[in-house]
Amino acid sequence: MKRFLYELTESWRIAAAQMRSNMTRSTLTALGVIIGIIAVTLMGTAVNGISTGFDKSMAVLGDDVLYVTQWPWKPVDDWWNYRDRKKIETAYAEKLNRMIDATPNSNLVLAVPTSSLFRSIKYEGNQVDNVFVLGTTADFIVTSTIDCKEGRFFNEIESRGGANVVVIGYDVADALFPVEDPIDKQVLINGQLFKVVGVNSRQGTFLGLFSWDSMVALPLGAFNKYFSGKPESDVRVKVKDKTKIADAKDELTGLMRRARGLQPEQKDDFSINEQQAFKSTLDPVKNSIAIAGLFITGLALFVGAIGIMNITFVSVKERTKEIGTRKALGARRRTILLQFLIESTALCLLGGFIGLAIAFLLCTGIAKAAPSFPIHLSLGLVFTSMIVSVLTGLFSGFAPAWSASRLDPVAALRYE
Amino acid sequence: MDDGKSVRPRGRIVIDIENITKDYVMGEETVRALRGVSLQIHANEYLAIMGPSGSGKSTLMNMLGCLDTPTSGRYEFNGKNVAEMDDDELAAIRNREIGFVFQTFNLLPRSTSLRNVELPLIYAGIDPDEREERAAQALADVGLGDRIQHKPNELSGGQRQRVAIARALVNRPSIILADEPTGNLDSKTGEEIMALLEDLYERGNTIILVTHERDIAAHARRTVHLRDGLIESDHAGFIPELDLETAS
Repeated sequence: MKRFLYELTESWRIAAAQMRSNMTRSTLTALGVIIGIIAVTLMGTAVNGISTGFDKSMAVLGDDVLYVTQWPWKPVDDWWNYRDRKKIETAYAEKLNRMIDATPNSNLVLAVPTSSLFRSIKYEGNQVDNVFVLGTTADFIVTSTIDCKEGRFFNEIESRGGANVVVIGYDVADALFPVEDPIDKQVLINGQLFKVVGVNSRQGTFLGLFSWDSMVALPLGAFNKYFSGKPESDVRVKVKDKTKIADAKDELTGLMRRARGLQPEQKDDFSINEQQAFKSTLDPVKNSIAIAGLFITGLALFVGAIGIMNITFVSVKERTKEIGTRKALGARRRTILLQFLIESTALCLLGGFIGLAIAFLLCTGIAKAAPSFPIHLSLGLVFTSMIVSVLTGLFSGFAPAWSASRLDPVAALRYE
Repeated sequence: MDDGKSVRPRGRIVIDIENITKDYVMGEETVRALRGVSLQIHANEYLAIMGPSGSGKSTLMNMLGCLDTPTSGRYEFNGKNVAEMDDDELAAIRNREIGFVFQTFNLLPRSTSLRNVELPLIYAGIDPDEREERAAQALADVGLGDRIQHKPNELSGGQRQRVAIARALVNRPSIILADEPTGNLDSKTGEEIMALLEDLYERGNTIILVTHERDIAAHARRTVHLRDGLIESDHAGFIPELDLETAS
């Protein structure tokens, strides 16, 4: 055991000396691994970034809220079965709330109606088109992660009275009020004046997914009064305990069936969705990115490994006489095997370090250039890269190291 | 034995070879390099193995040095049967029992004298502290106490061979096997190296010298002549006439 340790340290020392004296060659050979490791870290970072960004966008939906909608939040093959479903009406929210209040130990807390449309919004010379306009009640904030940077969300009185007040998203505020303070200003939506009572704090956008930043919210009463057309209406229901979301879902299904007056033999004519279901629809996308990434990095690393293998073979050939000498002095097969394995591994680790350094610089650069993309070189990835480097070294060094360890000492000593 | 050289009393048998042969397969042909050699070497001997090229001298040396195993015959080293050992067991024997001195020195070019001499101790699993102490002592013993941090390219040929001898000695082997130790040196330096080997012999080491030079073999106390894979003669001392005959 002790001898193994001494041989190990000796091998590292030789590997370091070997790399120092063949600096150019080592660096060029490590290039393949450098590229491989850059690919590994960047791919990993990208997949992580997409995942984080998506989760962040999903957080808007809240993980303790159920959504009653006409269409399910997943791709359907039999769309005709859903097309003719009755619309979800905002009035269901009130019915549901009454039923929830009447149910002892209900898993549900509160139902909130929402209606939405896309409209333009104006303030003096500035206009923003295609703004997501949400009509809802003051209870909305209970079901949402929304948060006001300035001002407040509209209150119960404004909600019931259908007052002309509006809460605007960060980007909307930014576009309409580049210099002024938006609070208490009158903005024009659909030809009606609304007073700005609050501005949401910035949420950030990711891959064009939904974000509070580009929406406005106003009382449902005002929404119904001023906006004609067919709004998309949903009911969102807050769950008491998010660990019992399945129970809550069952309960809500029962309540909705009662609200709709469905007979027992009739199928549900509505869908109940949750954040998790939506997330799972994106898993295949994430997976295919990960698989493509794995393939590319695998290829890059394989090419790198071939380079290392080649140079280790050259090293064994060049140092055949040295191997003979070492064997004459008592080096066993294992010792020689270890020595060359460590040499190739050291070379790969060198490549790994350089690759990580470059990947770090690239990540910092991307983070600067595209701040909305949540890029972050995680410690786990650094660790993974190091392990991948070591494995590449062992893989590529094995064949040459094995051949070196099997050399006949007599022939090796005579080799010129 | 009239040249005034001292002969130390022979000790126990270190190497006991009986009727060994060695065949090399070269394509279709089988070349028989050794045709049945028997030899006993005792502790405290100073032995020269001589012979023209093709005589099997190198093959015998490889056998003695446990670098190779015989095709047939018996080989005991300190009572252990070497003929049937595997590679790693042979490596252990080479490490502990044999000190090699090569014609071309075979030092690691990028390592200091000290690190070169330490090498066999690393393979023997000696602690770093003891390793350094013993290597430095071995270098001092060959007169290079002030050169331990020099690399081979900073040393003269004679000094390099001294480092190699220190490396051969450092693990206190049973025999020192020197293969043409002066072959790459000028005659003056060669004499210095031979004086060093003489000194080592006087201090109790067993030395086996493989050479084709009569002047060098003349330092030994016993000479074995090889020809065509067989021992032609085995004498105490050195007999110039006989050697002339061999060389012709």
